[in-house]
Amino acid sequence: MGKKGLIPIAFLLLLLFPFFLPRFYVYLSSLILIHGLLATSLNFVLGFGGMYQFHHCVFYGVGGYTTALLLTKTSLSPFLAFLAAPFASAILSILMGVICVRLSKLYFGMLQISLGSLVWAIVYRWYSFTGGDDGIHGIPIPHLLASTNSAYYFTLVITALSMFAMYRMLVSPFGKTLQGIRDNPVRCEMIGVNVKLHQLLALIIAGFFAGVAGMLFVIVDTTVFPEMLFWTLSLEVLIMCLVGGWFTFFGPLLGAAILIILRTIISTYTVYWALVLGVIMTLIIFFLPNGILGYIEEKLKRG
Amino acid sequence: MLEVKGVSKSFDGFMAVSRANLTVNKGEMVAVIGPNGAGKTTLFNLISGILKPDSGRIIYKGEDITFLSPYEIFRKGICRSFQIVNVFQRLTVFENVQLSVLSREKKTWNLLMPAKKFYVDETERILEQVGLKEKRDTVAGFLSHGEQKILEIAIALGGKPEFVILDEPTAGMSPEETVMCMELIKKLRHEMDLTILFCEHDMDVVFGYADRIMVMVRGETVIEGTCDEVRCDTLVQEAYLGVSDE
Repeated sequence: MGKKGLIPIAFLLLLLFPFFLPRFYVYLSSLILIHGLLATSLNFVLGFGGMYQFHHCVFYGVGGYTTALLLTKTSLSPFLAFLAAPFASAILSILMGVICVRLSKLYFGMLQISLGSLVWAIVYRWYSFTGGDDGIHGIPIPHLLASTNSAYYFTLVITALSMFAMYRMLVSPFGKTLQGIRDNPVRCEMIGVNVKLHQLLALIIAGFFAGVAGMLFVIVDTTVFPEMLFWTLSLEVLIMCLVGGWFTFFGPLLGAAILIILRTIISTYTVYWALVLGVIMTLIIFFLPNGILGYIEEKLKRG
Repeated sequence: MLEVKGVSKSFDGFMAVSRANLTVNKGEMVAVIGPNGAGKTTLFNLISGILKPDSGRIIYKGEDITFLSPYEIFRKGICRSFQIVNVFQRLTVFENVQLSVLSREKKTWNLLMPAKKFYVDETERILEQVGLKEKRDTVAGFLSHGEQKILEIAIALGGKPEFVILDEPTAGMSPEETVMCMELIKKLRHEMDLTILFCEHDMDVVFGYADRIMVMVRGETVIEGTCDEVRCDTLVQEAYLGVSDE
């Protein structure tokens, strides 16, 4: 019971951030929320679905680019541009999902990373449309959301709503079925579950919320660039899930916070952030295989 | 109720099941016996749709189910348990059984309602029947081996089956657990009006509980008959009973 009470307290605290934090930290908090949402959407299929979606950032990048392109190249209402992002990502999820769910475990992951890299290559090379390796800068954001604080509040509310939606889905019959598929796909089929179709729907949902995160990034940062859908970012998001705890709901958000804060601090001292990340990952795998939140939950359960 | 007619299945030239025949009538408890590698599990996989036969037919209630997928066969009322423990390790005992009920009722696509409100009574009744009610909220992976085998059966029962296939229900159990498990199966059979097909290595269990027995050796049906017929058959004694009774 006490655990559930923490959520509104944390939310209220987050609401107060802009009142006492300098602007840079408010911006950093927005980034944490966005990456937390992205990692949670990955974990929807990774920790709860047992699908190794190694290249999840594709859907984040496509969401971002959809918003950015609609804002810069069309005169559509900005809010339509925001709304279009998750749907574009979901459609890409359908296309990639239909191909990938035929395979399982690592084979799924390898195929998914290849198809995702293909999307990255298109974005990276198509100068005339996507801006190539420069990306798109100075994207016009509606005045209402243009300040750091208002962008932060928008991000906070949308992230909270998205997290709530994903949580509800995970405790629904569909969510339980998804976790059953993760534990034992063969047995699931034996009790009459159409495994591949359920996996596909889960992938679409995960892609949708990754698209939401991409759209939020455009609002906060007013830029998009091809690294948003490069596989190294996917790896980083995967590590967020593992560090925080991939069998817990809030683990990925915690992992995102830890990684982004650490990166910001360590980057001011050394350029070898990747080295530090590698050491952290090794320690986590050895000592906390279920991640930090997974470890805490275990301790709480045992009393 | 179930008829297996001349079913064969080979893997890379190895005949795992070769022209196997089997008939199970409604309400019967039929055992399949045979030495290791005789093709018992393969036969069960063929019936439950995990594998497709190279030739032959499988008829259930007058309907050809040979090439149906596992979930279609489940919906026909044929449910099975597995030889190796095959439960949902990270779900609770309750969720394990509930999932089976949800699937039977085609509720697995519901995204909006919390699952804990669905089919609570029925799931708890099944847990009570198999004696796992105390363990309701235990994560399945933490159960003992014997309890997991029982849970295995409970998951099969969630499908409201008429026909249950049990692949070595007592594998790895102590003698006391074996007796308890078989008594449970006997009780369930009468309470739920089940037709049961099972395979088993313990001959006391087989002759003590089965109505009829089918003997498989190297993928072929050696004999199908009542316990007495099988016991007296010289081929069986040579092929199987002699070896295991030494």
